[in-house]
Amino acid sequence: MVTVDDYIARIEGTCGEEKDIVVVFKYDKKDEAVKKILERARAEKTIAGLIFELVFKNHSFRIYTSGKAIFRSLKSKEELKALLADLLL
Amino acid sequence: MLDPHRIREDFPILKRKINGYPLIYFDNAATSQKPKQVIEAIKNYYENHNANVHRAVHTLSQEASQLYEDAHEEVAKFINAKGMDEIIFVRGTTEAINLVAYSWGCHSLKKNDEVVLTLMEHHSNIVPWEILSRRSGFKLKYADINDDGTLDYEALENTISDKTKIVCVSHVSNVTGVVNNVRRVAKLAHEHGALVLVDGAQSVPHMPVDVKDLDMDFLAFSGHKMLAPTGIGVLYGRHDLLHQMEPFQGGGEMIKDVSFDLHSRRITISWNDLPWKFEAGTPHVSGGIGLSEATRYLAKLGMENVKKHEYMLAEYAVKRMQECTKVTIYGPKVVSAKCGIIPFGVDGLGSHDVALFLDNYGIMVRSGFHCAQPLHRILELKSSARASFYIYNTREEIDRFIEVLKETEQI
Repeated sequence: MVTVDDYIARIEGTCGEEKDIVVVFKYDKKDEAVKKILERARAEKTIAGLIFELVFKNHSFRIYTSGKAIFRSLKSKEELKALLADLLL
Repeated sequence: MLDPHRIREDFPILKRKINGYPLIYFDNAATSQKPKQVIEAIKNYYENHNANVHRAVHTLSQEASQLYEDAHEEVAKFINAKGMDEIIFVRGTTEAINLVAYSWGCHSLKKNDEVVLTLMEHHSNIVPWEILSRRSGFKLKYADINDDGTLDYEALENTISDKTKIVCVSHVSNVTGVVNNVRRVAKLAHEHGALVLVDGAQSVPHMPVDVKDLDMDFLAFSGHKMLAPTGIGVLYGRHDLLHQMEPFQGGGEMIKDVSFDLHSRRITISWNDLPWKFEAGTPHVSGGIGLSEATRYLAKLGMENVKKHEYMLAEYAVKRMQECTKVTIYGPKVVSAKCGIIPFGVDGLGSHDVALFLDNYGIMVRSGFHCAQPLHRILELKSSARASFYIYNTREEIDRFIEVLKETEQI
């Protein structure tokens, strides 16, 4: 059974007052992950087709076609994984 | 002046592409890249000379010991210390400061004593003293900084008193790039009979540092920020101070004699000579050799040339960043007060957003607190992005950086 962890290479809790969480998708799964997320989340803004400002279930985040995403205002990695499960599975 | 295009030929990693773009490495304040000369020196050590040092009479051990001792001498020469007995190899700046805190501080700092720090210190020059203060009861006092991030020397002078036993100060701020006048700080400290410990993590790799000329008692710095591998760093200490200090860690190498009295069943220990008294256990021999090669590489370029090159890059970058309407540069705008470290923000974007945006185009910058949370609090910053330059960076890379930075204005 496919899980969220199959898509994720690293989750990086950032330092700074913002407490953002950066997700790095696995190299061989990044294109699939980006595609699924773009299909399911609402795009607010696109820059050069490389960076997308998205909203999903009242959470705003940004995804990069290089296979990274930055999530704001999430309380924990568990909340992040639950959100990613809805976006990816 | 340096020729960065020639220098780049020595750095294999700079040929990499990231996300299809040529790598632009502007995170040198975090760690530097390594030239093939350093990589080769380490490879040569493991392929031809690897053995434990100071433990055996066989050929390989003698060769390894000689290389390791020569590395201490090379570093001593690089910072103009008297000799290798003033050079202790440690893991990095953090361990060097901890060594002073524990070996000197544990025995010298009493309840009514004071230790003076500045508010621009890296956590590695705050936390060891906070831990020890809680244990020993001495008072920690923090000297203020000005609104532009420069050190307030008047405040520092008022903070130092006859109760002060040591003043701990960064030579260069890892956040703002501000260069402190450590000779002035040493004079203030010494007038009150206090010692001075300088965090040289951001200065020794980037400018000439002469421990005698600057009248330093202790100087801590890391190899990995100056072309050497990770896991190797240096504590310089004045010979008389190191001689008086108790060892930091116990074990092999740091002892001269461990004698067991059969009658009393007690052990008597005598310490090894300097610097080995402070290097317990098998040391990081290949790291020391790598550091030695790195100092040779930098010395050949000339540290005054290194400083001038980075100053030129910083001046150019600050000028060009002012073309970006949404970009704010933090800290002093006058480049002469600082070196090649530029903290900045982009309106409406968090520092990690900025770093990820740049990363998408192959440009590596740091984001966050940079292990200096108190300074961010004082400067009222939630976090910052930071571009930091070194010998292999070019004006063309800055042009590309500005081009991409301007794209953030679309966000």
